[in-house]
Amino acid sequence: MIFAGSGYDAALLPRYDRRELAAIFSGGIVGALARAGLAEAFPVGPGSWPWPTFAVNIVGAFMLGYFVTRLQERLPTSAYKRPFLGTGVCGALTTFSTVQLELYKMIETDRWALATGYMAATIVVSFVAVAGATAMVRRVRRIV
Amino acid sequence: MTVGTWLLVGLLGGAGAVSRFVVDGLVSERLTAGAFPWGTLMVNLSGAALLGGLVGAAVSGTALLLAGTATLGSYTTLSTWMLETHRLGQDDQLTGAAINLVGSLVIGFGALAAGHAVGAAL
Repeated sequence: MIFAGSGYDAALLPRYDRRELAAIFSGGIVGALARAGLAEAFPVGPGSWPWPTFAVNIVGAFMLGYFVTRLQERLPTSAYKRPFLGTGVCGALTTFSTVQLELYKMIETDRWALATGYMAATIVVSFVAVAGATAMVRRVRRIV
Repeated sequence: MTVGTWLLVGLLGGAGAVSRFVVDGLVSERLTAGAFPWGTLMVNLSGAALLGGLVGAAVSGTALLLAGTATLGSYTTLSTWMLETHRLGQDDQLTGAAINLVGSLVIGFGALAAGHAVGAAL
């Protein structure tokens, strides 16, 4: 970590760069508000497709693939862009635990077809989103 | 939903993201076998178990929004899980990619169900 031990004598989390933590925290606020806002605006029961969770996961996976590839392979290293955009915004916008809870509730109420479809679609589409965003950034790099 | 609740959603979401970063770092430091993303796996498993516990203990409404959706939702992540699976695949570590994908999913579901059972028993 670049700034660790550079005079920042924080009693709390002394091993960490406080500005990096602040970047992650700020990004986490943005991601969580967007995800929770959608979830509250469009409540979904166990009998229907969880569109809010599905949407944030796909969008967040695409964004992470885009940002990480771009920051690692195309732009000069930036100390705080990845913590803010990647770990913070995309990490908090997407969620694993809620997907598992949604699957649990579907199975609990014997909706096996819905659970199977939702699980498969989440995995396949979010993977394709990461792969697509990565390929997109790399293609631009080859042209330039 | 009051402004204060949304303020808390934001702050807890930020805290969830920072917790993920810290736990990921601590786990990755200790488990360095291959390039396997143990940190994200542990974050997602523990978050799923805790969310199962909350729901099993019949936490609902605003309390579930704050502790579950905001905090644990931000703590766990799907995008990093997918990115790491994709990168493992690109590095020709297809077994690792497959294990990360299926393992997280299956054990994550088990962790949530176990947490749910514990929460319900409390």
